[in-house]
Amino acid sequence: MRKLALQDEILLQVDKPARYIGNEVNSVMKRVEDVKVRFCMCFPDVYEIGMSHLGIQILYDMLNQWEDVWCERVYSPWTDLDAIMRKEGIPLFALESQDPVKNFDFLGITIQYEMCYTNILQILDLSGIPLKAAERGEEDPIVIGGGPCTYNPEPIAEFFDLFYIGEGETQYRTLLDLYEKHKELGTSRREFLLEAGKLSGIYAPGFYEATYHEDGTIASFGPTEDGLPTTIRKEIVMDVSDACYPLKPVVPFIKVTQDRVVLEIQRGCIRGCRFCQAGQLYRPVRERNVEVLKRYAVEMLKNTGHEEISLSSLSSSDYSALEELVSFLIEECKERTVNISLPSLRIDAFSLDVMSKVQDVKKSSLTFAPEAGSQRMRNVINKGLTEEVILRGAEEAFRGGWNKVKLYFMLGLPGETEEDIRGIAELSNKIAAVYYETVPKEKRNGRCQIVASTSFFIPKPFTPFQWASQNTKQEFLDKAYLTKQSVLAQLNQKSIKYNWHEADASVLEGVLARGDRRLSEVLLRVYKKGCIFDAWGEYFNNEAWLAAFEECGLDIAFYTTRERSLDEIFPWDFLDCGVTKEFLKREWLKSKEETVSPNCRMQCQGCGANRFGGGVCYENKN
Amino acid sequence: MKIRIKFRKYGSMKFIGHLDIMRYFQKAIRRAEIPIAYSEGFSPHQIMSFAAPLGVGLLSNGEYLDIVCREPLHMNAEEMKAALNHVMVEGIDIVNVCALSEDAGNAMASVAAARYTVVFRKGYEPEFDWKGQLSEFYNQLTIPVIKQTKKSTKELDLKPGIYELFLKETDGQSSIEMLVDASSAGNIKPGLVMEAFCKENGQEELQKAALLITREDTYGDRGTEDIHQFVPLDAFGEAF
Repeated sequence: MRKLALQDEILLQVDKPARYIGNEVNSVMKRVEDVKVRFCMCFPDVYEIGMSHLGIQILYDMLNQWEDVWCERVYSPWTDLDAIMRKEGIPLFALESQDPVKNFDFLGITIQYEMCYTNILQILDLSGIPLKAAERGEEDPIVIGGGPCTYNPEPIAEFFDLFYIGEGETQYRTLLDLYEKHKELGTSRREFLLEAGKLSGIYAPGFYEATYHEDGTIASFGPTEDGLPTTIRKEIVMDVSDACYPLKPVVPFIKVTQDRVVLEIQRGCIRGCRFCQAGQLYRPVRERNVEVLKRYAVEMLKNTGHEEISLSSLSSSDYSALEELVSFLIEECKERTVNISLPSLRIDAFSLDVMSKVQDVKKSSLTFAPEAGSQRMRNVINKGLTEEVILRGAEEAFRGGWNKVKLYFMLGLPGETEEDIRGIAELSNKIAAVYYETVPKEKRNGRCQIVASTSFFIPKPFTPFQWASQNTKQEFLDKAYLTKQSVLAQLNQKSIKYNWHEADASVLEGVLARGDRRLSEVLLRVYKKGCIFDAWGEYFNNEAWLAAFEECGLDIAFYTTRERSLDEIFPWDFLDCGVTKEFLKREWLKSKEETVSPNCRMQCQGCGANRFGGGVCYENKN
Repeated sequence: MKIRIKFRKYGSMKFIGHLDIMRYFQKAIRRAEIPIAYSEGFSPHQIMSFAAPLGVGLLSNGEYLDIVCREPLHMNAEEMKAALNHVMVEGIDIVNVCALSEDAGNAMASVAAARYTVVFRKGYEPEFDWKGQLSEFYNQLTIPVIKQTKKSTKELDLKPGIYELFLKETDGQSSIEMLVDASSAGNIKPGLVMEAFCKENGQEELQKAALLITREDTYGDRGTEDIHQFVPLDAFGEAF
């Protein structure tokens, strides 16, 4: 029987010991003697969040299908166990073998949001791996990062030996082959990293250097060694139907955020909303074949025993065989008494019909994401959702029996005026009014409930808004206050609930999103002040962050509120996600003219992603 | 058709709490494709009930759950047991599957008593002569304890609910075995008995991790209120 890394005394002391024992259904056990490469895959947040991530399940499945590789998992120990491990000197361990992470060949860290950066340091520190890559020795694991935040890896560049840019399915075999070869030959860590850095999609940050202008912007950036590329293009799977997919995903014992079968129906998005990073990074849109998806759904339900299945994509309504897939799932799930959850569907007659079949209308709510309150602002951000469409959708929904509506908006968008902000309250009010006009008194189930939520807009790399100025904390808070006041001034204000996000964390997320290499020092300092789990409001310590910036002599405003000039070299410019800087520039200028761009299926905008030779760019062109 | 399933819980699975064990079995039953019956309504759930919740950290050789299956059932007890064992993780074994009569009480209502083995984890043995003092402790006329619940504290006599309590020596290891009331009205946790025992002997604090407790089996009562006749819960079922 497996021996656990933690003694019973400790496991009985901490909250949810199931986070640390592994042994879950479909987790993979191998014998250390049978493999050549031990890979530890990490999501640097608590187990329940990390286990809900599809990307790790895909890579875990792929790596474990290879006989010479054993991939295990590790997540951030929650603060209670973190404290015990530090006090007792217990090294961080992988869930499957319960062996120390330090003994592994690779530590792969998926980086999904900026506010997890201190947790990366926590993982390294608890593992006993030097925080800075430059200080690591021959015996330390190769620390490799992946995921959306690696599209600007510079703030965390000093902590990683390698970054994998793009989709994980394509290049790991080559990378591991190279590693095995070097291990056999006994060459140094440095030599391996240098060779790895020459592989497509792999970035070895230790061999790159930036110089800066006096004003703090980048003067130059490039490799310090011969043979390394000056530009690194993302890896991408063109045939997603044929790509590996985890038909036996790990089933956790405790309830996690995504406690269901997840069917990824497509990658990419045709819409091109100008604030959205995912919409640019994952271009072009590639759909998974509907027959393949049907087969996956059945197999995955059988292999996991989950009681719910969900579709995953950036915009499910744009999947061309959605009706066929959903009708199949409704039949299949009825037979198996499985629930279907359908996120991110555009509200129209079809989706309302489907939703009324799969959820309890009385209990569920409808979600619209207008993102901005006025049509002018929605044109700026290229969100092709009009007020007319929203109101018509709401009306149909109210007729269908719904009375709860959730609305998502952003505050702090480029060029935002008070009128745009008041538009949030006005739109909420109009929707409420539609309810009272549509549903006669005797049929009403109390008031309708409109929940309007705002988040603060944070400009992200590889979006048309990467040049934009981010609002200050005070501007954010003033705008939230104005929104609140405007909601209270509405006729139907009693039917509208308004929520807004925390501003401090949004400012820092903005710094890290568009930051450069000099931020590594800030991260080290803030970590040494005890910060971890910054994404969790109760642990976020803004003062510690402000102090760390002060100590490093770096100015937050330089990274956030400064509007960049069109010819500025960005820290992430050496990466190529397919979409060109020229296209993004065009979109940025169009946004200033409040001009919308048609989506990929309507008219190609020449973003550059067609160079990958597939996906939506070549639909109907055979 | 009502079916009773008996299982063991051991190893690292002792850290999985009762609610998560329920979720685990709901999913396991789907994986094993057992034709379980569902409740009516908009969100149907599996018809399943567990006998007696087992606390986190405890092992068990005798846990029970009852399910209702749709008929006709195209598998016999052995096949169902094999199908379930095929989808189990290390640390849960199905040891028996049997059919209950239609009028049988559900698992939870049937529970009358449970047998536990308690050992002290290494380094946590009490300082007093616990092996020598055990029978004296049990032979008291009353064993009053203060029971703390979320809402209140109340005084309670454990004695009537402890049906057996003795020292056991196996393979050079000493343990304490007890048979105690496990009914919903009078459930006695073995930890409470051990606390009372230690307190009686001048040891006030019993650390949370001091005891390694195994529930050996869970029993129903075939006797009367005065003369109990405890039998394992699967004795109420039959092979099918």
